[in-house]
Amino acid sequence: MKVSEKDVAYVADLANLELTDEERARMLRDLNSILEYVDRLSELNTDNVEPMAHVSDRYGVDESRQGSGRFAYSIRDDVHNGLRESLPHDVAVKNAPDTDGTFFEVPKVIER
Amino acid sequence: MIADRETTGLTIDGIRTAIAERKTTAAATASEFYARIKREDPSIGAFLTLSEDRAHAQAERIDEMVAEGRSLPPLAGVPIAVKDVMVTGDVRTTAGSKILENFIPPYDCTAVTRLEAAGAVVLGKLNCDEFAMGSSNENSAYHEVHNPRDKSRVPGGSSGGSAAAVAAEMAVATLGSDTGGSIRQPASFCGVVGLKPTYGRVSRYGLIAFASSLDHIGPIAKTVKEVALLLRTIAGRDPMDSTSAEVPVPDYVAELKKPVKGLKIGVAKEYFGEGLDPEVRSAVEAAIQKLAELGCEVVPVSLPHTEYAIPTYYIVATAEASSNLARFDGVRYGFRAPKAHTLSEMYRLSRDRGFGMEVKRRIMLGTYALSAGYYDAYYLKAQKVRTLLTRDFDEAFRKVDVIAAPTCPTPAFKLGEKVNDPLAMYLADIYTVTANLAGIPGISVPCGANHEKLPIGLQLFGRHFDEATLLRVAHAYDQARLPT
Repeated sequence: MKVSEKDVAYVADLANLELTDEERARMLRDLNSILEYVDRLSELNTDNVEPMAHVSDRYGVDESRQGSGRFAYSIRDDVHNGLRESLPHDVAVKNAPDTDGTFFEVPKVIER
Repeated sequence: MIADRETTGLTIDGIRTAIAERKTTAAATASEFYARIKREDPSIGAFLTLSEDRAHAQAERIDEMVAEGRSLPPLAGVPIAVKDVMVTGDVRTTAGSKILENFIPPYDCTAVTRLEAAGAVVLGKLNCDEFAMGSSNENSAYHEVHNPRDKSRVPGGSSGGSAAAVAAEMAVATLGSDTGGSIRQPASFCGVVGLKPTYGRVSRYGLIAFASSLDHIGPIAKTVKEVALLLRTIAGRDPMDSTSAEVPVPDYVAELKKPVKGLKIGVAKEYFGEGLDPEVRSAVEAAIQKLAELGCEVVPVSLPHTEYAIPTYYIVATAEASSNLARFDGVRYGFRAPKAHTLSEMYRLSRDRGFGMEVKRRIMLGTYALSAGYYDAYYLKAQKVRTLLTRDFDEAFRKVDVIAAPTCPTPAFKLGEKVNDPLAMYLADIYTVTANLAGIPGISVPCGANHEKLPIGLQLFGRHFDEATLLRVAHAYDQARLPT
């Protein structure tokens, strides 16, 4: 067993999930089964292999340009045309579960 | 099955021409499709929301264009539908999740905007696995989808509604999304054509994020030619998605006319190993033989890291998902659990009740893989193996133009068959996740059926941004199979 009940509780906490007792038991079983399968990755020697976070790490790269300018897709010219139009205030809060029309309202933030 | 694909003649060109020639109207066409949906969908379950007002308004605009004698755009009056992970302004968008049950987006996904600008009529939003996480559509928080070819079976996932709607002719074409095979696998299970383009080819603006480095939007239709037309419509740079590529978009439909003779088709033994259903194997081998008869040269290639693709995918995808789904916190939109006393309790209860089991499982796995002490062993390791998997394709594409493989190891499985075994479900994507990790385009084309008349899919992979060659080969095969 790679993952313990304690790990499940810790990770659920990090992920802002509560989980019922039944879900925790299932999680324990499923995560262990999946991670056991994932462990086959350790068979591969990757000492000198660069990690790939994104396809554009490798493609869409313009080698003739310098620095971050090489990532042709993700760069735009830094021109100031004023603020880009954003959502009107009333539209932005329209889907909010709780709002006073100006702000999103939430339960008490500071716990004692 | 060949007959099934052509029976009604309800193709994009057929409908557009009938409207242009005033044999019907866009409004009448939309109404016919809604009547069909109301008749067929109760036993299939492909739709989550119908956008009738929006569809009829668009149909009216098209009919006005006809009345004024203006030239019609390429998709004029063509009824399409989109997977419910693409946001649509003023039309409910749920991502198949209870957490977005009442979410009415304030803007449109770029792909949808482009389809409508080309004249398409958006009928509604299609069922899918919650947040596109699943391979059978059984993770939808709303209802399951039945495969129109055999209603006791799954349509595949996560774009199960998108493939089923095309197969049952409740829409002429649909958009799906593909993070690990979610367009190609259901297309294969339902006997239709599904394309995942190159990463960066189609804007992801307005696609509810699952795993941002792997997510793609792509079309599903009955023929390769229609898929080519749809890709031409939705492809191209979008300033709203910084990962959308500044690469010219060819006329994919015109490119289909070029010959395939002399193109090299790679076949990798790694895609024909243990676990491949014998009937799928023989159908795919027959399809490759057909490509040889059409003048293509079949060349063996090697993709040696293929067996590591599923473990790599399930680390990368879940890590990204755990981050992307952090936004669902019950504050700005979506479900909020009542009666929470503190902010922290409100987050937890909202997410606990709003997300389904598979989504929670993936958030947990991804959070674990990114957590202190495990980052190097899992997430960094998976990113390195992703490089190796991509290099495999680089090597192979030095020798060949297109690679042929099965789309899935088996035909559609039974509803409920894998629902309690997440790992078995993940293995349904064994031949499709590689294209997402490498970012190359992939297409599934029907290539026959097994003894139970269940469709089988031929998968073709192409070079980055070379959908033109990929579609050309797929079209040649499609044409060779279909009666004209």
